Amino acid sequence: MKIGVCVKSTPDTAITRFKYTSGNDGIDAAQVKFTVNPYDEFAVEEAARMKEAHGGEVVAVTVGDAGAGKVLRETLAVGVDRGVHVDAVNTDSLATARLLAAVARSEGFGVLFCGKVAVDDQASAVPAMVAELLGWPHVSVVTAFSTDGATFTASRAVGGGVEEVVTGALPVVITAERGLNEPRYQKLKDIMAAKKKVVGVVTPESLGVSAADLAPVVTFSAYADPPERPKGRVIPGDAAEAARELVRLLRDEAKVL
Amino acid sequence: MSGILVLAEHDGGVFRKTAAELVAKAASLGASLGLDVTVGTIGDAPVGSLGAYGAQRAVRVSGDFGAYSTLQTAGAVAAMIDAVGASIVLAPASYAGKDALPRVAARLGAGFVADCTDLRADGGALVARRPMYSGKAYVDARVSAAIGIFTVRPNSFGAPAGGGAEVAVTEVAFAAVADPITVVESRVPESQAVDLTEADRIVSGGRSLGSKERFDEVIRPLGAALGATVGASRAAVDAHYAPHGEQVGQTGKTVNPQLYVAVGISGAIQHLAGMRTSRVIVAINKDATAPIMEHAAYAIVGDLFEVVPALVEALKEA
Repeated sequence: MKIGVCVKSTPDTAITRFKYTSGNDGIDAAQVKFTVNPYDEFAVEEAARMKEAHGGEVVAVTVGDAGAGKVLRETLAVGVDRGVHVDAVNTDSLATARLLAAVARSEGFGVLFCGKVAVDDQASAVPAMVAELLGWPHVSVVTAFSTDGATFTASRAVGGGVEEVVTGALPVVITAERGLNEPRYQKLKDIMAAKKKVVGVVTPESLGVSAADLAPVVTFSAYADPPERPKGRVIPGDAAEAARELVRLLRDEAKVL
Repeated sequence: MSGILVLAEHDGGVFRKTAAELVAKAASLGASLGLDVTVGTIGDAPVGSLGAYGAQRAVRVSGDFGAYSTLQTAGAVAAMIDAVGASIVLAPASYAGKDALPRVAARLGAGFVADCTDLRADGGALVARRPMYSGKAYVDARVSAAIGIFTVRPNSFGAPAGGGAEVAVTEVAFAAVADPITVVESRVPESQAVDLTEADRIVSGGRSLGSKERFDEVIRPLGAALGATVGASRAAVDAHYAPHGEQVGQTGKTVNPQLYVAVGISGAIQHLAGMRTSRVIVAINKDATAPIMEHAAYAIVGDLFEVVPALVEALKEA
């Protein structure tokens, strides 16, 4: 079986502050380091484990510029056999989903793993959209996954602390939550072996996705830092005094009690 | 016909707070944009009562919606959008909002804008403000498709006053689809009163607590005294002081309460990403230079093991 995994190149958000382009229509990409989206690492690991248990080929797919292709190569040292780099701009979630769905169709994936969210646009939208476009079911925010190669069992965190165990048949799109597995570290021999692996570059045209399908229906503008908060204050006094004053302030000034 | 459809979520017939919050916001946006507001729900809940917050109509997809199903939810929402002729859909950024609504957007060719923290009418169109990059940047989002689906972070607008009249409910026909995913087990944890993502008040503890026992002895009584839901930092969860479901931060829950009390939490970027939109942040920390201090409206610099019990006492007196 061909096991697909979606990978996105995202900026390291540990940066203290972003700089923006002159029109504030994006972040200044030159200022940031790009890496594999953290949640995609769990997706890659799960794909690699599935192959180790059941055989097949792990194919990682990304949409983006040459830099994204480079980030995709990092996954070749942690269990991915081959990369597919769709050379296109991520305009919005639906456009990206159309490209990924087209790759899944042309490759004939039997299952597709994704991260639950990409830390750049934070939409959590693409995996479910890909599943819809393929006519597959999906299970999101998955904390445990097992498969016999035909059916699967997954645990999903549905909110309110509730964990559901669900079953179904492949194909399916799975979105990985932190804790799904412990991603492996790159080993030197795997890094060397990765150099021989192939990343194929494809274009939207070659996938049969038209310019009209890629026209964004959501646009972003006015990028800015988070709203500033008024300067806070330190409440003086010993523990008992400070505690009483805090209660008074929360009640009378902030009006949250 | 076009209008705003608000999706009202409920637990066993009791609407979540976000339902009234979103209906009231939709009513004010609808007045600016010249759009009617319809509130819709899935399953058995008194959706007409949400007319109190300004909805002009109500719709419902009835049926057996006991266990959550992605495909049933997506199908029911698509049916309501069609029945209402909605051009704008507002929904909470809940599990279902994140799980099922992107499918609806793909099905209808709609624009999908997730996790908005503000909505405004601008030049006859809806503009959403939302975080990106782990909350390090905010952007305006606009939809150019015929339908825009917006999920909104709970507590973004606060609790509205009711007072309007109940409205009539129209049933929307929906032929249930077979969901190939079967729920075989549902594990409900020892429940907290209010889910973290919807809580008005949250008390979170960090690694400084030192042990699970002390987390339970110090943080949970403060939570009880404040009527707050208890959360924890990633460091505290990794050290097993609190369960993963209580983790606030980039790899845990994103919360948006009126009051967030951070106890013994330094304020690492990954924690701030999950709580920085809280309205009032209180920090209790022995380190006056901890990053959390920059975000706190009120801070007490001191030993949490003295300050927190004193705070519990002060709350009892008040």
